Amino acid sequence: MKARVYVSLKPTVLDPQGATIKSALVGLGHSMIADVRQGKYFDIAIADGADREQVSKELEAISLDVLSNPVIENFQVELLD
Amino acid sequence: MKFGVVVFPGSNCDHDCWYAPAKNLGFPTEMIWHDSSTLGDVDAVILPGGFAYGDYLRCGAIAKFSRVMTAVKKFANDGGLVIGICNGFQILVESGMLPGALLRNRGLKFICRPVDLRVETVDSPFSAEAAKGQILRMPIAHGEGCYFADDRTLDELEAEDRVLVRYVDNPNGSLRNIAGILNEKRNVMGLMPHPDRACDPLMGSTDGAVIFNSMAAAFAAIAK
Amino acid sequence: MSVITPDLIAQHQLTPDEFDKIVSLLGREPTYTELGIFSVMWSEHCSYKSSRLHLKKLPTRSKHVLVGPGENAGIIDIGGGYAIAFKIESHNHPSFIEPFQGAATGVGGILRDIFTMGARPIAVMDALRFGPLDDAQCGARNRRILEGVVSGIAHYGNCFGVPTVGGECVFEPSYNGNPLVNVFALGVFKHDEIFFGRASGVGNPVIYVGAKTGRDGVHGATMASAEFTEESKQKRPNVQVGDPFLEKLLLEACLEAMKTGAIVGIQDMGAAGLTCSTCEMGSRAGTGIDFDLQYVPQRETGMSPYEIMLSESQERMLLVAEKGREEEVFSVFRKWGLDAVTIGTVTGDGLLRVRDHGAVVAEIPNRALADEAPLYNRPYTKPRQLAPPDAPQFESASLEADLLKILGSGDVCSKRWIWEQYDYMVRTNTTAGPGGDAAIVRIKETNTSVAMSLDGNGRFSGLDPREGAKLLVAECCRNLSTVGAQPIAATNNLNFGNPERPEIMAQLVETIEGMAEACAFFETPITGGNVSLYNETLGDAIFPSPVLGIVGLLDTAAPVAIPFKNEGRDVLLIGGFGRPDAGRFGGTQYAKQVVGEFWGKPPALDMDYEKRVQAAIREIARKGLAESAHDLSDGGLAVALAECTFGGMGAAIEVDFDVRPELLLFDESPSRILVSTANAEEVKKIALFHGVESPRIGVTIKERLRIGNGPATLIDCSLDNLRGAWDQALNRSLHPEHV
Repeated sequence: MKARVYVSLKPTVLDPQGATIKSALVGLGHSMIADVRQGKYFDIAIADGADREQVSKELEAISLDVLSNPVIENFQVELLD
Repeated sequence: MKFGVVVFPGSNCDHDCWYAPAKNLGFPTEMIWHDSSTLGDVDAVILPGGFAYGDYLRCGAIAKFSRVMTAVKKFANDGGLVIGICNGFQILVESGMLPGALLRNRGLKFICRPVDLRVETVDSPFSAEAAKGQILRMPIAHGEGCYFADDRTLDELEAEDRVLVRYVDNPNGSLRNIAGILNEKRNVMGLMPHPDRACDPLMGSTDGAVIFNSMAAAFAAIAK
Repeated sequence: MSVITPDLIAQHQLTPDEFDKIVSLLGREPTYTELGIFSVMWSEHCSYKSSRLHLKKLPTRSKHVLVGPGENAGIIDIGGGYAIAFKIESHNHPSFIEPFQGAATGVGGILRDIFTMGARPIAVMDALRFGPLDDAQCGARNRRILEGVVSGIAHYGNCFGVPTVGGECVFEPSYNGNPLVNVFALGVFKHDEIFFGRASGVGNPVIYVGAKTGRDGVHGATMASAEFTEESKQKRPNVQVGDPFLEKLLLEACLEAMKTGAIVGIQDMGAAGLTCSTCEMGSRAGTGIDFDLQYVPQRETGMSPYEIMLSESQERMLLVAEKGREEEVFSVFRKWGLDAVTIGTVTGDGLLRVRDHGAVVAEIPNRALADEAPLYNRPYTKPRQLAPPDAPQFESASLEADLLKILGSGDVCSKRWIWEQYDYMVRTNTTAGPGGDAAIVRIKETNTSVAMSLDGNGRFSGLDPREGAKLLVAECCRNLSTVGAQPIAATNNLNFGNPERPEIMAQLVETIEGMAEACAFFETPITGGNVSLYNETLGDAIFPSPVLGIVGLLDTAAPVAIPFKNEGRDVLLIGGFGRPDAGRFGGTQYAKQVVGEFWGKPPALDMDYEKRVQAAIREIARKGLAESAHDLSDGGLAVALAECTFGGMGAAIEVDFDVRPELLLFDESPSRILVSTANAEEVKKIALFHGVESPRIGVTIKERLRIGNGPATLIDCSLDNLRGAWDQALNRSLHPEHV
């Protein structure tokens, strides 16, 4: 089993990197770009035979405690295959 | 008064945080390895600058799980003085010992330069020897020092007089120009600028000394 | 085992003659892996086969030199039982391909060269050369390269915790396709803490520490080889990625492990990775090394012996420990969370024997690889004239506008945008950081500080490589003397085009000979360095670009800085007005920025006079007589004066000198230093004692810079105007869209 955890800044938090990318894109003529927010994701391989429900629960906890900083970031867990 | 400087893998201002109190100011100071479960007999803890664990994941995010941090939290809960400088400040907010977060600088670049700070409160063991409104010059050297917290937290910090120092000329986009803050009990302090680099006349400023000297004076008062 | 075809030999950039030499050294045809090993060790980069013959002309000894060229870095005695190790290295090509990682791994590589000898790195400087940021064709790319290089250096140095204390950054069209990134590093240690890259003691274990080996940087030429499929090519990034955090751990662990006394020899794995470190360590000790690749920690699966031997993965070290004391070494590396594995042993047969799960895949005499690389006496003619001999007609429309233009030009403008991204004061030793004539770091354990200057002048070298090299040595030494330091030793980075072209080879030879003469004269032996050749694109070579790093010593104290400090002080020009000459004006910033031409000869240098000027300024600085001091270089007198005013104190200069104003203001004659002093009489006495001129040219005043010659006012400008032109110019040229 594999999982992917997406982490991104909360909408209220300033994202200077995203803002810079946005202005670069607009500068390149992509005028339809209204906003860019950047984030990151983690690809996580799960050992064989793990219980899907348990995995899901643990990943939520890991995402909250380790992978994201809840003060500024949101996360989203996705279980693949 | 004995300072203890925590050394994480990737700390690189540990030596500076030892040299300033030990050699410039003459306080006994020792290093504490991140793997240690006790703090020994130190009277105050310094979390130094650097890139603990490479600042991978997020600045300070992995350091907060170090064994020593359990001891540091207990030490702080018992009223011990803890100061986090630069990366040390980032570790304190990541570990929840101080509110808010430190984001990438507004200009997206690492900035190393001397800055002026205004002392906002002298009601703290870190600033009692300074004067309110006094301008302190010390360097910043960080890529992620933009202080962020939600409005409620910021209002609370201000209402409770917990903003220790503000930038006179905001270099990194920090909300409300905040450069250093206190916890509720006022015994834990984090700041992005480096008092450890401003204790030696050869480094261009000795304004950082007032922070360490205040801590020593506060400790002496408690010890009595 | 693959068949060695002429094609395969060519792909490894070996000539048929070189291949024949390999066959005769081995007494048989090499295996495929052996061919790869020879190709990297006999490459220009590792063997210096085109330059070695001439490099021997450089002076390498003095009473200060503890270790000269041939080791990972040169070592200089600084007194009190302490020593410094320092060296410069280029990372030009990787920085062009991937600016951020190229520059970052350049910093990482030179830092390992320093701490592999046992020294703790305490300073880094960078000499950067790019195409113009406003180049019509390449401007956008040049800007991207500069931004990437600077953030790469910042990323690596800042995280590692070494201050980047200075350097230089210049722009020329000849660097459009060949940016130069030369990194200098310096470390400090005690005499009894010095380690060498020697595999001594038959039977001692050979230990691999640090990062795992991946396919990073496996030589490009080999990719085309028939053995590799299209699919496997995809897996082979040629760009090495640096991990400064790992390197910081490696530094601390290595220095701690050295203290156990169990380490016999140690060397980093840089260019040619495992190959170079094993055969060089064996060759220096006259021993062999027998090791098995199965024990080498690997990041990827299915790596061939060839790939493992040629990998240039970063942050790896090879060390030899005393037999029976391995555990002492392992426990230190465990503490720092690093891999440390015994991969083989030192043998007495002088052979590099590489095994793969026991089977021998390469067996080559270490000396054949490290010391018997081909040596070429490549033919050389005279350096090609890059410029017409005679000066064109030129006349200034406004000297003030000319000054502002030069102050705002890429070469002269403030580089604050760059150096503010570097932590230049971590470790709290930097008493003079970026932006001065020389950087200074104190050695806390002693009363001594080390001053260092990194410089190059491709324009002067382009006009006359020999004279350019001498001017460069003089300039570097003058930078040090201006802050009161005695220059003691040097490291050089020789950046040139294709040495197989006789006129390029001539540039290299003349540069080395000029440098040798001047370094001997100024008593600054070259203790090591780097040669970077083939810097050309489509037949266009870069300007001959020697870069020199010179270090000097002074007592620890608050240093003399550039800016004028107080009002009403006398301004003296130690060394006098030089010998302005239109025929020797064609390499100046004025010629480049204002006239837009390039001609003639570089400024004339009288080395004997230069030496006396430097002795005088050192004495003036040491006696605390100078409130400010700044040497004249790019942009001559006018630019130097302007730079002295950026602290907020101006000057009124009145001279009476019979020369056209462009030359008076902007001539770049060497051997001149501006001083402001409250004790002009004493300063003049010292100058006189050393036999150098020291005309009083004016006085410091508030708010303006005025320069007059006889009755004529040449410049009258507010300090705000001067500073405005200079301060934000780089930021403006990097972000033209915001202008």
